[in-house]
Amino acid sequence: MATQILMPALSPTMTEGKLAKWLIKEGDTVKAGDVMAEIETDKATMEFEAVDEGVVSKILVPEGTEGVAVNTPIAELEGEGAPAKTTAVEAQAPAAPVTPPPAAPAVAAQPKAAPAQPVAHADPELPAGTPTKTMTMREALRDGMSEEMRRDQKVFLMGEEVAEYQGAYKISQGMLQEFGPKRVIDTPITEYGFTGLGVGAAFGGLKPIVEFMTFNFAMQAIDHIINSAAKTLYMSGGQMGCPIVFRGPNGAAARVAAQHSQCYAAWYAHVPGLKVVAPATPADAKGLIKAAIRDMNPVIVLENEILYGRHGEVPDVEDYLVPIGKARIARPGKDVTLVSFSIGVHHALAAADALAAEGIDAEVIDLRSIRPMDTDTVIASVMKTNRCVTVEEGWATCGIGAEIAARIMEQAFDYLDAPVARVAGKDVPMPYAANLEKLALPQTADIVGAVKSVLYR
Amino acid sequence: MAKKPAADKARQSYTSEEVLKYYRDMLLIRRFEEKAGQLYGMGLIGGFCHLYIGQEAVVVGLQAAFKQGDAVITSYRDHGHMLACGMDPRGVMAELTGRAGGYSKGKGGSMHMFSREKAFYGGHGIVGAQVPLGTGLAFAQKYNDTDGVTFCYFGDGSANQGQVYESFNMAELWKLPVIYVIENNQYAMGTAVARASAVTEFHRRGESFGIPGKPVDGMNVLAVRDAGLEAAEWCRSGKGPIILELKTYRYRGHSMSDPAKYRSKDEVNKMKAEHDPIDQVKNLLINEKLVSEDQLKEVDREVKAIVQDSADFAQTSPEPDPSELWTDILVEA
Repeated sequence: MATQILMPALSPTMTEGKLAKWLIKEGDTVKAGDVMAEIETDKATMEFEAVDEGVVSKILVPEGTEGVAVNTPIAELEGEGAPAKTTAVEAQAPAAPVTPPPAAPAVAAQPKAAPAQPVAHADPELPAGTPTKTMTMREALRDGMSEEMRRDQKVFLMGEEVAEYQGAYKISQGMLQEFGPKRVIDTPITEYGFTGLGVGAAFGGLKPIVEFMTFNFAMQAIDHIINSAAKTLYMSGGQMGCPIVFRGPNGAAARVAAQHSQCYAAWYAHVPGLKVVAPATPADAKGLIKAAIRDMNPVIVLENEILYGRHGEVPDVEDYLVPIGKARIARPGKDVTLVSFSIGVHHALAAADALAAEGIDAEVIDLRSIRPMDTDTVIASVMKTNRCVTVEEGWATCGIGAEIAARIMEQAFDYLDAPVARVAGKDVPMPYAANLEKLALPQTADIVGAVKSVLYR
Repeated sequence: MAKKPAADKARQSYTSEEVLKYYRDMLLIRRFEEKAGQLYGMGLIGGFCHLYIGQEAVVVGLQAAFKQGDAVITSYRDHGHMLACGMDPRGVMAELTGRAGGYSKGKGGSMHMFSREKAFYGGHGIVGAQVPLGTGLAFAQKYNDTDGVTFCYFGDGSANQGQVYESFNMAELWKLPVIYVIENNQYAMGTAVARASAVTEFHRRGESFGIPGKPVDGMNVLAVRDAGLEAAEWCRSGKGPIILELKTYRYRGHSMSDPAKYRSKDEVNKMKAEHDPIDQVKNLLINEKLVSEDQLKEVDREVKAIVQDSADFAQTSPEPDPSELWTDILVEA
C-alpha cells in the first residue's frame, strides 16, 4: 500500500515552500531517518527525513517547484510488509548544531490561506508615480537597517542569533557578511544583561539596534528598557540621551500559545520617554526602522512574524524615511473609521472589503506609530464618519483601543453618533488549540459585527 | 618633596602631595555627607538619601587610576563618587535639595545624577542595573578603539543579582575593559552578607567566567590605589574585565530612615576606631611628618568652606521652573 509523503510545515507560520532538491529518486529504498529532500521556507533551507521505510514509488512534485502548499502530497512510498499508517516527516536544520528558535519549533501548522497579494502602499508624502520595488517586510527591515549601518558607523546590531544564524526569523540575513562580527553581534540568551549592555553602549555614544527574538522575551529586559533607557534623559536633566532601537516580532504568530503570543503595544506606549512604532507594510517597515535608528531617543519597533513574509511595494528612492508619529489612511471611506496598527490593519482592510459589499464605506487608519500617536488624523476621520471601531490583537483592558476611545471622547465627543467600539484579543492567555486560538484573535467577522453595531444595523 | 621609600615595589611609594590629596578628597566626601544628613534632618532633602560615610577610601583610591577617556558608573549611593570624579559640590548638593542648580535640574535627586563632562554615568536607582550599563560603556570604549576603562561600582547586595552574571559572561566573552568594583560594606540594606550570600568571597564571583578577582582592604586608600592601578592596567592591555572586592564599612544606616539595628554599636565603633580611612591617612601624614599640622588645618578649613558653600547654594538655588516638568522627556530632533 502506498504511503503519501506530504509537504511539511517547518515553522509555525509556514504556509508554503519551495521543494528545492530531492535527495532520493524513484526506486530508491529509504528507511526512517534518511534525508529525502531539501525544502526552502521563508526563513531557511531545511532537510526533511523519512519516518517510514519503503521504496519510493513516485515523486509527485519535481524539484525546483516553488509555492508548494503545506500538506500537498509530494511523493509516494511503497511500504514493505505491513501497510503504512499515517505519514509524517521530521525536519532538521542541515548541519546546524543550533536548535531552531524557541518560538519556532518544527510543528505542523494548520494550513493557511495563501499569502495575501502585495499591499498597495499609498504614501501621502511621496508624489504619484514614485518608482517602487516589491519586497517582503523581512527584506525591507534588513535593507533599512543595512542602509543606516552604511551611513553611520556608530550603528550596530546585537541579539540572539542575529549573526551566524542569519537571524532567528532571517531579518538580518547577509548582514554579518557585509558588516562583520564587530557590528553584527550574537549575544548569549540573556535578555536582561544584553539589553542593559546595549543601553550602556548608547549612553557611551553608540547607536545600538537590539533585536529581541520576540518581544515576549523582552519582559526579562523591560527594567532596562523603561528604568534605564526611557527615564534617564529626564532624570539627568537632559544630559543622558539614549539613542537605541529595540525591535523584534510582537504579538501572536501561529500556534505558539500564551507565552509566545503577547502584544506589548500598550505596555510600551504607556511610558513617557519611549517612542513606539508598529509597521503594517514593508514600506513602513523600511521607513520606520530607518527613522527609528536615526532618532536620538529609545524607539520600540514592534514587528509581526506573520507579516514578515508578506510582500509589498516599497518606494525605490534614496533614504526612504517614514516620520514617527504620523498615521496613514490605508483606505479612505465615509461611513465609519477603523483604526488599527500592525497586522490589525490587514484585518481592518479585509473587513472594509467585506463591508463594501454591503454598501458600507469604511475608512481604515493605520496608526504606524503608537507613541506619539497621530490623534489628529483619527479625530479628523471621526469628525467625517462620526463612528469608530478600533482593532488590535492585544487585550482590550487598558489597551490601545481604550486609549483611542478616550482621546476621541475628549476631542470629538460631539461628533460621535455611537460609542466607540473595540475589537481586541479576547481577555484570556493565548490558547494553543487551533480553534481556540482563532476564537481568541480578532477575525474579520468580529470587525464587521462591530461596525454594524456602531452603525446600528 | 618627602618620599617614603618603596618597601618592595614601586607602587607602594607615595608622595606627600598625593596622600594629602587623598586626605582632602576623603574629608570632602565625609563632611559633604554629614552636611547632607543634616539637611535631610531639616527636611531640605527628601526621599531616599544613602550616605557614603566610612567608604570614602574606595572611590578616592580608585580615582587615582582614572584617566581621560575612562568612565565611572555606580548605584544610588553615589554622592562620594561624584565628588571624587570632580563634580561640583554645589551641583550635587542642589540636586539633593531638588533645586534648579542641581546636576539634573532637580529632576533626578540623590540617586540619579550624571555628568558627561566628568565621565560620571550615574547614579542608578535599581539594584544591579549599573552593572550591564557599565559593561555597555566598556563595550562602547572598545568599539571606538579607545584605551578607556569603565569603573563599574556595585555593592555586596547587587552582587547576587542575575544581571551581574549575565554581564560578567559578556564582558569576558568580548574582553571588555571594565573593572567590576564590588564595594562589600557587609550589609545589603539590613542583611549581613553571610545571611544573603552562599559564597561571601565576592572577588571569586567571576571564577565561572574566567574573570580574575582580588580582595582589597577598602579602608586603606593606598591599598585601594595600588589595586586600582593594577586593575586598570589589566583592562587597558586588552585582557578583559577584572573584579576588585573592596572590603569596606558603612558607618550610617542604609538610608536616612534606617536605624541600623541589625548590627551592634560596638561593631560600628570598633571599625571607626581601628579602620577609619581618613584617620589612617591623617596618622600617616602626621607620623611620617609628611605635612605640618597647619597644612592639615588648612585643608580642613578649605573643605569646610566648600561644603558650607554647597549647602548655601543648595538652599538658595530656586526650585525648578514649573515648565521643567515637561522638558527632557525626549530629545527633540
